[in-house]
Amino acid sequence: MSQPPMKEWQVERQIVDLSKERGNAKSRGLGPQPHDLTSLKGDFPMASDVQAAAPADVALSVRDLSVSLPEGMERAYAVEDISFDLKRGQILCIIGESGSGKSVTANAIMGLLPKAIRVSSGAIQLNGTNIVGLSLDKLRSLRGRVVSMIFQDPLSALNPLMTVGAQIEEVMAAHDVGTPKSRRSRAIDLLIEVGLPEPQLMYHQYPFRLSGGQRQRVMIAMALALEPAILIADEPTTALDVTTQAQILQLIRDIQRRKGMSVMFITHDFGVVAEIADYVVVMEKGHCVEQGSAEQVLKSPSHLYTRRLIAAVPHLTGKDRIALRPADRTSILKVECLAKTYRSGSSLFGRQRIVAAVNGVTFDLASGRTLGVVGESGSGKSSLGRLLIKLLDCDSGSILFEGRDIAALSEAEFRPLRPKIQMIFQDPFASLNPRSTVGQILTVGPVAHGMSCGEAAERARELLSHVGLDSGAFDRYPHEFSGGQRQRIGIARALMFKPKLLIADEAVSALDVSIQAQILKLLDQIQRETGVSMIFITHDLRVASQICDEIAVMHRGHIVEHGPPSQIFLDPKSTYTRELVAAIPGEQPANAPQHAANP
Amino acid sequence: MSAFLLNRFSQSIVLLVIVSIIGFTVLNFMPGGPLAQFGLDPGMTQKDIARLAEQLGLNRPLWLQYLDWAWRLIQGDWGHSFRDGSSVLAVIGRHLLATLLLMGTSTALAIAVGTWIGIRGATHRYSLFDYCATICAMVALSVPTFWFGLIGIYIFTLKLGWVPAGNMYTIGDGSVMDYLHHLILPSLVLSLVHVAIWSRYMRTATLDALSQDFVKTARAKGVSERRILLKHVVGNALLPMITLAGMQLPSILTGALVTETVFTWPGMGRLFLDSLGYSDYPVVMGLLIFSAILVVLGNLIADIVIAIVDPRIRLG
Repeated sequence: MSQPPMKEWQVERQIVDLSKERGNAKSRGLGPQPHDLTSLKGDFPMASDVQAAAPADVALSVRDLSVSLPEGMERAYAVEDISFDLKRGQILCIIGESGSGKSVTANAIMGLLPKAIRVSSGAIQLNGTNIVGLSLDKLRSLRGRVVSMIFQDPLSALNPLMTVGAQIEEVMAAHDVGTPKSRRSRAIDLLIEVGLPEPQLMYHQYPFRLSGGQRQRVMIAMALALEPAILIADEPTTALDVTTQAQILQLIRDIQRRKGMSVMFITHDFGVVAEIADYVVVMEKGHCVEQGSAEQVLKSPSHLYTRRLIAAVPHLTGKDRIALRPADRTSILKVECLAKTYRSGSSLFGRQRIVAAVNGVTFDLASGRTLGVVGESGSGKSSLGRLLIKLLDCDSGSILFEGRDIAALSEAEFRPLRPKIQMIFQDPFASLNPRSTVGQILTVGPVAHGMSCGEAAERARELLSHVGLDSGAFDRYPHEFSGGQRQRIGIARALMFKPKLLIADEAVSALDVSIQAQILKLLDQIQRETGVSMIFITHDLRVASQICDEIAVMHRGHIVEHGPPSQIFLDPKSTYTRELVAAIPGEQPANAPQHAANP
Repeated sequence: MSAFLLNRFSQSIVLLVIVSIIGFTVLNFMPGGPLAQFGLDPGMTQKDIARLAEQLGLNRPLWLQYLDWAWRLIQGDWGHSFRDGSSVLAVIGRHLLATLLLMGTSTALAIAVGTWIGIRGATHRYSLFDYCATICAMVALSVPTFWFGLIGIYIFTLKLGWVPAGNMYTIGDGSVMDYLHHLILPSLVLSLVHVAIWSRYMRTATLDALSQDFVKTARAKGVSERRILLKHVVGNALLPMITLAGMQLPSILTGALVTETVFTWPGMGRLFLDSLGYSDYPVVMGLLIFSAILVVLGNLIADIVIAIVDPRIRLG
């Protein structure tokens, strides 16, 4: 991605010394600053020598960094011999799948590694100063002032017992900057800067009252309090909805440009990289396998792993799936005016909260087809899934499964039908009982429904090989498998009953992209072989576009739009769908990008 | 908040009714019954006992006895001791202060020491201090309190002669120093167990708070370790401890059965044991209701304190 204003910044950056910027902060009423950057340089006699090694336009330079893991771990090093430079006023994206060492790198730069994990060799130069081996006190004085960090989950990253204002002021107090009064006005300025509404009110608010996006804005305000030269963002948008993600990405980029900050942005999402990166570092299993400008890495990746990763990223195809059996249009599931309202709090005492989770949902699913239910958190998509499998009872409406209304059935009446409707869960770690072997997990349900043990075991082994696991998996325990393998076990479990309908609730959301692609392929293959119908619930439009024949977009309990992917993505009718599609990082739906070079 | 209090209050009433019915029924099904002690008295005839039962209303059906007892209780009449005829509330009052003195001292000591050990154990996890604290806690929890009491008396009274073996004060003295002198050993022995429990819970709660993301955020902000501990960790770690403290409250006033017996401390625990021995049912029932009320109150206070401290509950 080219960013024309960036060049101006870089020029300006070289003229404006960092210490001068701190002077600006002073004039804004921050008062005396005992530690400013010039005095920091004075702290380290080596500084001038190192300065020569690192060019002046490099804010952060990592050289041959190796971080060792404690003995007995999967590998000896969390990261090994990685080198990269973060230039001033640029956004550097580190991308990699889970376990690639990207977060360890960030924590090493912050000096926040746990005691058991140590930097074993290499150098990290912050503004020309090597911080490896620096004393804890000196590291502490750098944190929050020269380099600050924001995290993935903005709720747990904020202290629940402290107000937003107090937490922002704490950064300044920790570095003895300003007086209580000047800190307060600075905190409110920061709240305005990150675009929070009613900053005076927000100042006194506790984190739990804020939405996910607002919390992340507070984290950003906190990180900006002392105008650090470098901001490290560790998956800051991963826990957010897609529209919120787009806003936060925009905010980070705006602030970065306005302040000429250098940003190190860690992500697993190539869409985010395409949105925001100037420079990209690709990591795999602790190694840096490729780096270069965003354009170079995205358009012409040289390393095989990068190519595989980019190819695995789901894209809005805008093309409709070729129907399995076009002639077959018998309805397997017909839902009419389904509604579920949650009531919390006592009706006798105090106020009651009423949320219409599912409100008048109507759709018709043809046999052997896949319906995607897409929506953001709180849209009611998971409640809908639970209603369909009768884990929740609906308030009104009907669910016609093979022509029979199951909404009205009692649990006892529905039980014989249960095998026909099966569910695949989101979290492959939590949804498998760690104390049962895979064989037990697979056979317990069918045996309870009257299948003989031998027959069930035979079918289980058959299915395990079918979903791509070797039959030895039968006697092993879930913890011996990776996330993707566990999800395969989850799929095999659902298939044990030869179901007519599969409900997959965020079935690939917890997985890395390359694994995600494999699981989607597996689901597609299973559908083509068995003719099972599927309801695929997801927050990710890109994933939905890969596997669904039709997509229903949910918003606040309603289906706001329903149609084939081509309509939803290329010609959305409702405003909400348009917003959703526009918010997808790295995609321009009108001309779906083709940079996924196939190896 | 008022809705919450009203809700909890009505729950508490139901709870107290259930507890009192169970207590009343069980007591009356105990072998012997309240008049059994007179059966051994050669001067009492069967007729005398029947007359006494008539007088005390013990010949009525059980449910009527209960309703009568409950109705008087609401009016503030907790009945009269079979032993000396004084009112149950007066009997409880006589023993309450002694228990309050002993339990209050030992609980305050236990919470202070336990909190410190717990926090230090968590921040210096797997250090020599942590291991020693863990082992000591296990010993204190697994050895019965009366054994510590007896060993304490053996060493500090019989061998060293530092402290008295029992009682709350020396008859004829009764100065503050004399009370404190008598208080040292029993309160230390009692606090042993509580320190062990409290420090274990506190260690877990602190470790839990230390692993939270907001602690990492505070580090990333450059906040000093000392301030992180005081401002971010301890506050969050103490939240679950408030509930534990609330559960501790009733025992401060209902006393410790064993320790009070070992040190012949004239508190509520001794009163309960003695009254049981004498089949003094009105007093036993009174103590039962008294401690049930305290349990309910303790939990209520804990809930209120948590609501005050935790904005998520206060404002949520």
